[in-house]
Amino acid sequence: MKCIIIDDEKFAREVLSVMILKSPDLILVDEFSNAIEAMKFLNNDNKVDVIFLDVHMPDFSGFDFIKTIKNPPQIVLVTSDKNFAIEAFNHDCISDYLVKPILQDRFERAIDRVKVKLEEVIKSENHNNLINKEIYVNIDKRLIKIDIMSINFIHANGDYIIIKTDAKNYTVHTTLKKIEEKLPASIFLKIHRSYIINLNKIIDIQDSTVLIGKDLLPISKNNRTVLMKSLNLL
Amino acid sequence: MKEEPNIEYIDQLANGDESVKNRLIKVMKEELPIEIENYNANIEKLNWLEAAENVHKLRHKVGFLGLENAYQLSYEYEQNLREQSVLLKKEFEVVLKKIINFISKL
Repeated sequence: MKCIIIDDEKFAREVLSVMILKSPDLILVDEFSNAIEAMKFLNNDNKVDVIFLDVHMPDFSGFDFIKTIKNPPQIVLVTSDKNFAIEAFNHDCISDYLVKPILQDRFERAIDRVKVKLEEVIKSENHNNLINKEIYVNIDKRLIKIDIMSINFIHANGDYIIIKTDAKNYTVHTTLKKIEEKLPASIFLKIHRSYIINLNKIIDIQDSTVLIGKDLLPISKNNRTVLMKSLNLL
Repeated sequence: MKEEPNIEYIDQLANGDESVKNRLIKVMKEELPIEIENYNANIEKLNWLEAAENVHKLRHKVGFLGLENAYQLSYEYEQNLREQSVLLKKEFEVVLKKIINFISKL
């Protein structure tokens, strides 16, 4: 699970980063001393599964942050104020609530809760995806149906995306982010800022490239770890 | 029983890894004096709410250094400052002196 830390205290960030490093399920992507910087990061097409969020920050509190971001990932609140607990559970995205100074075993229990909630989200997504086996795209004022499983990969090209299937390529005026939201996350993975691939269509992976059909696609350094974790490796 | 600052929390977290322990101590040594300086400046200017924010942060350090009673005292002092009262100021500042003296020897 990819995670970030948002806390205005450096020592608190250090403590969390030590705990995260000890957890085999977590990858610390970045840390931020304020919520605004974190929002810029998330708005820049960076996806994370978990945010460790301090509630009590100057100017922009943890709750302001939660209310502002679209499609929030799982959030673990970190604070010293037990009084926030009631408000915390008014937000579906909040998995748990850690009180400083955090103890390692309490931290691990929070991670277990996050995993359970993420599994629920994936199950719900898979259920929705079973219903949506097709996607309709708007090309020259026509809505064209594409079988989702026939998609090999999607390539961003300026203001357009190119959807590559075995039979045909479709050029659509939209963003990679928008189509990513419509595809099953268990099958489609972003491997580069310009590429989303169908994991079932991979032929092989070598260093920083993946072969799909006859196309050799780049894997960015940041996404490689996530890609490798998505594979059934022997 | 009189409590004294300690690094048991840091030791537990580092779990024998000296580099982790040293890094945590280094950050504590860097951050704590700045937070105390900000607190003193706000107290001097009678900026009670800002001072309460400073105490809020310092309270975490007090907790990380194992001072449970002082942690509760800091919480009460923080609330007092939010109500523009300096009740417990003296006691809190004794705690600050104690922890700054302790970390300077680490």
